[in-house]
Amino acid sequence: MKLVIGVVRPEKANDVMEALYRAEVRGLSVSRVQGHGGELDRVETYRGTTVQMRLSEKVRFEVAVSDPYVEPTINALCEGGSTGEVGDGKIFVVPLERVVRIRTGETGDSAVTPVEK
Amino acid sequence: MTLPVLIAAAPGRVDAGDTAWMLVATALVLMMTPALGLFYAGLVRGKNTLNTFMMCVAALAVATVMWALVGYSIAFDEGNALIGGLDHAFLRDVGFGPREGTTIPHLLFMAFQATFCIVTVALVSGAVAERMRFGAYLVFAAAWSVLVYAVLAHWAFGGGWLQSLGTLDFAGGVAVEMGSGFSALAAALVVGARKDYGRQALLPHNAVYVLLGAGLLWFGWFGFNGGSGFSTGSSGVLAFTNTLLCPAATLCVWFALDLIRGRQVTAIGAATAIIVGCVLITPAGGYVSPGSALLLGALGALPSYAGIVWRPRTRVDETLDVLAAHGVAGLTGILFVGFFAQELWNGVGDGLLYGNAAQLGWQALAAVATPVYAFVVTFALLRVIGLLMPLRATEREEALGMDVVQHGEEAYATGEGAILISPEDGVRAPVPVADPG
Repeated sequence: MKLVIGVVRPEKANDVMEALYRAEVRGLSVSRVQGHGGELDRVETYRGTTVQMRLSEKVRFEVAVSDPYVEPTINALCEGGSTGEVGDGKIFVVPLERVVRIRTGETGDSAVTPVEK
Repeated sequence: MTLPVLIAAAPGRVDAGDTAWMLVATALVLMMTPALGLFYAGLVRGKNTLNTFMMCVAALAVATVMWALVGYSIAFDEGNALIGGLDHAFLRDVGFGPREGTTIPHLLFMAFQATFCIVTVALVSGAVAERMRFGAYLVFAAAWSVLVYAVLAHWAFGGGWLQSLGTLDFAGGVAVEMGSGFSALAAALVVGARKDYGRQALLPHNAVYVLLGAGLLWFGWFGFNGGSGFSTGSSGVLAFTNTLLCPAATLCVWFALDLIRGRQVTAIGAATAIIVGCVLITPAGGYVSPGSALLLGALGALPSYAGIVWRPRTRVDETLDVLAAHGVAGLTGILFVGFFAQELWNGVGDGLLYGNAAQLGWQALAAVATPVYAFVVTFALLRVIGLLMPLRATEREEALGMDVVQHGEEAYATGEGAILISPEDGVRAPVPVADPG
């Protein structure tokens, strides 16, 4: 089991959702974050005050998946989040020690596998 | 040009009471433009808030200047049946004497009419929100205010052919409402849909702005319709009161339609209904009885509601539904006058229901000629501007949001991660925008 964390452009978040859906990855969490990678800073001016905006809006996806789903998840994040320009974001894959589904108490792979309806 | 000449320019007399009311009415109508900005800004996504609002602010800038330079003359100088002359260009001979046919100073008449031109230009911007380049929009707004608005105003208000034939348009069903609505359709077609249109849900980002904007528009509309009698006399009073009644009826019917269709009464629907009701009564204000105004508000809700439900299912991204809310409602109001005008109330003429069938003919003529002219000229104008400069932002810019790309500002800047740079450095680094390819 891995936790795949993808930080992408907000305007690409919908494309990522679509790509994940096509890859049959169903469970995910999303949060709005601010971050800074290698991209150019935006310059904004408010009356006489000129500022360099060092932080850009990003959307952070967290997807906990069983091992066979790790590659499809990464591929979906890359495919949906890519524009080819600096600032597209990063993907971090970290091992998961334990997963518990609160409703049933299931643990492990079955806890990260969507329920068949 | 000397002062004594200006003061003694025209025969007739200036009435103090009428002038006082028209000064207030002019200020009320001017407020409608920032109110529209608020209404529009709430309807778009957060990243386009400032750009959408700025399109209305830009109308305050360029439409006013163009109006003073040539627009007013094109609209209200005698000229011929189709277009006014240039005798009042640069506000020549617009002084303190009464404007012909009114008891208010010519100068004030010009200012009052200017506020109509401004808000109409701002209305059209709703069709191209979230994608049109600001520079191209400025050029469009300046040209449109003269080529479309001033010409239509001449037809209906300035002694042009519609007015001479007998079309009744109290406060701007022709120039303001149908003029903006059908131009908006043309603008949406030429500029093209937003890149995400039909692919993603593009939701209003602040319904409270929308409601507040609509409320302020209604408030301003009392000056718009109530001032269009140019006096404190009966027609202005009738229009003022009808501006209270008609939108209220529209709201009630809109609630009912919302309940039938979606089982819930929506806030953004209510805000839209206020606008539609005010538009409906615009051409009819001083011509129909208060009872007819209620009926107009109720009946007139139906075509606009249908238009707003239907349009998003098409591929035409007429983003903020200027056609349904203004074009269709303005057309409905103009035709309604042909049926329900009542000499008992207006002292001018009757409609079909009161024995004058010809009136409906003149109203129908305006309802055909105005949309055709507005659509064709706007379409051609934007095509020409499109040859000279790109009309819309690139896909990457659209994705980033027009506030940052066009204005270098954000509506909801937090200041987190913002580093102060010295003014000497200036704005040297461009906004990082990639090529769409």
